[in-house]
Amino acid sequence: MNIHEYQGKEILRQYGVSVPNGRVAFSPEEAVKVAKELSTSVVVVKAQIHAGGRGKAGGVKIAKNLDEVRSYSKELLGKVLVTHQTGPEGKEVKRLYIEEGSDIKKEYYLGFVVDRATSRITLMGSEEGGMDIEEVAEATPEKIFKEIVDPAIGLTGFQARRLAFNMNIPDKLINKAASLMLGIYKAFTEKDASILEINPLVVTGDGNVVALDAKFNFDGNALYRHKDIVELRDFEEEDPKEIEASKYDLSYISLDGSIGCMVNGAGLAMATMDTISYYGGSPANFLDVGGGATAEKVTEAFKIILSDTSVKGIFVNIFGGIMKCDIIAEGVITAAKEVGLNVPLVVRLEGTNVELGKALLNESGINIVTADSMADGARKIVELVG
Amino acid sequence: MSVYINKETKVLVQGITGSTALFHTKQMLEYGTKVVAGVTPGKGGTTVEGVPVFNTVVDAVEATGCNVSVIYVPAPFAADAILEAVDADLDLVICITEHIPVLDMVKVKRYMEGKKTRLIGPNCPGVITADECKIGIMPGYIHKKGHVGVVSRSGTLTYEAVHQLSQEGIGQTTAVGIGGDPVNGTNFIDVLKEFNEDPETYGVVMIGEIGGTAEEEAAEWIKANMTKPVVGFIGGQTAPPGKRMGHAGAIISGGKGTAADKIKAMNAAGIQVAETPSVIGETFIKVIKEHGLYEKCKTH
Repeated sequence: MNIHEYQGKEILRQYGVSVPNGRVAFSPEEAVKVAKELSTSVVVVKAQIHAGGRGKAGGVKIAKNLDEVRSYSKELLGKVLVTHQTGPEGKEVKRLYIEEGSDIKKEYYLGFVVDRATSRITLMGSEEGGMDIEEVAEATPEKIFKEIVDPAIGLTGFQARRLAFNMNIPDKLINKAASLMLGIYKAFTEKDASILEINPLVVTGDGNVVALDAKFNFDGNALYRHKDIVELRDFEEEDPKEIEASKYDLSYISLDGSIGCMVNGAGLAMATMDTISYYGGSPANFLDVGGGATAEKVTEAFKIILSDTSVKGIFVNIFGGIMKCDIIAEGVITAAKEVGLNVPLVVRLEGTNVELGKALLNESGINIVTADSMADGARKIVELVG
Repeated sequence: MSVYINKETKVLVQGITGSTALFHTKQMLEYGTKVVAGVTPGKGGTTVEGVPVFNTVVDAVEATGCNVSVIYVPAPFAADAILEAVDADLDLVICITEHIPVLDMVKVKRYMEGKKTRLIGPNCPGVITADECKIGIMPGYIHKKGHVGVVSRSGTLTYEAVHQLSQEGIGQTTAVGIGGDPVNGTNFIDVLKEFNEDPETYGVVMIGEIGGTAEEEAAEWIKANMTKPVVGFIGGQTAPPGKRMGHAGAIISGGKGTAADKIKAMNAAGIQVAETPSVIGETFIKVIKEHGLYEKCKTH
């Protein structure tokens, strides 16, 4: 789960991490009010969307007076920002962060990730701040330094200092940088983050080390123990179908094709998309109904697929293990009856309770094309959708 | 022969009184798996499906001599269940549970360093040695005894591959689902080593997916060490970057972990990769024919 920059900075503030003063604003009037209260000579008007690359896309403006705050806020609110992370359709700006200007001497990069190669939290730091870290990794990998954290004792002071020295942070600010890293590490582990990027981390003219940005990603599997983080979720940043799916614990992702897919298992769901594409069709979604699905959950999944107006046909591909085929069949039948099925439906069932599932579908009276294999099903649905 | 589990394996089910665990305990018993004990704290002294239930893993080990456990405990408590099994020095722990917080797994992995227990999973379908022992949630009937090892990050794609092999008359030694989480107990190379050393395994099917670099690392290992033919498949060839495809580990980020990269690395290591998931079986047969192993692998 992603949150906005201003929310991320608020979390960091609670852990004693130095961030500039600022507040969120939903209108130009609010923005001006916040700027007045900050009463600094320069304020920064920052578009709040769940994507990086805002600066390059014109989503960050430096205002030297309140009139500029007003005009930039008017310009940004409602604007669709297209960055390298939003996709070509971009994201509409609905919130602004109004922040005091910082006297930036130098920009650095600092990132925290759960690294799968080592199974540990890894810190990455570089003096090449403000840039896309992937570009730095590509062009000058020797400028990225890492510290791997032993979970038994957590991030240590010497590791934080070593990273700060490697990043070429000025000697007299090493301890400040190290204590900032220790604070961030505490926030990262206590809130179950999976990625946190501070890009840029800056050294200021008055000798401070400040997090000028905060891009948090939280582990969706740990949200059950972080009600405070769940409350930060911004539904306007998400696809409505994906929100609906998440209510039922369904793993659903919107895509731009015309064949709706309902599959159990993430791997099989991806493979089903691949197979549809192989036969010349295009999937409208990724949908993994998961292992412990009930008939009700399957019904909801089916409704979500059908609510997508670009769906011209549906392919249900189930290989039951923990998921029983009769449950899938029940859910499909209920949904088809409740919602009314006006597009072709191809169903392939295999695995646990397969005979029971097939019998239910046959007796249902619903117009269902059955398939013997994934390839057979994909071919059939591509043909039917035309 | 087989890897990890066989007909002698004595299985403990952790979380046995939950509904999913009950269903699959029944299925495992019907398959012939020696399920000798269950653990649910507070339900010690009871019996389910004829299997005695204990309060702690240590109690279960002392009373029954079980050496392998399978975990169906809900995600918030699953990491603790793994720790308890490791603490009791079991040989193998297979964790079926999905949605375990990744930082819980980071701690578990640290705790397991220097311990004898191997962990498979979490978020995996389990391990099955056809006709001998089924531990997990896979449908037993698709597996036929034979000479092919299967290792996979995806549960249902494993079933798909096994089903195709069985339909073509190619039986399997052991099928191992290593799970789709970014931090897990056993990786491709661990399992490939076992298959390489198992005299009954003549060839291997390896199923990967987008995200991470485990397939690339496995490809390098295969090139340097594997003496048996390996056929691969990578799921997610059409997945868009930046979108997490269900599995916590399945995401293309920062231009890394694409299917194209993985297929390229596997091809470079001499591994043939099936173009679609529907031709995994076909591709495997083609390859073992080239190696003159088809007759030896044909079991039914």
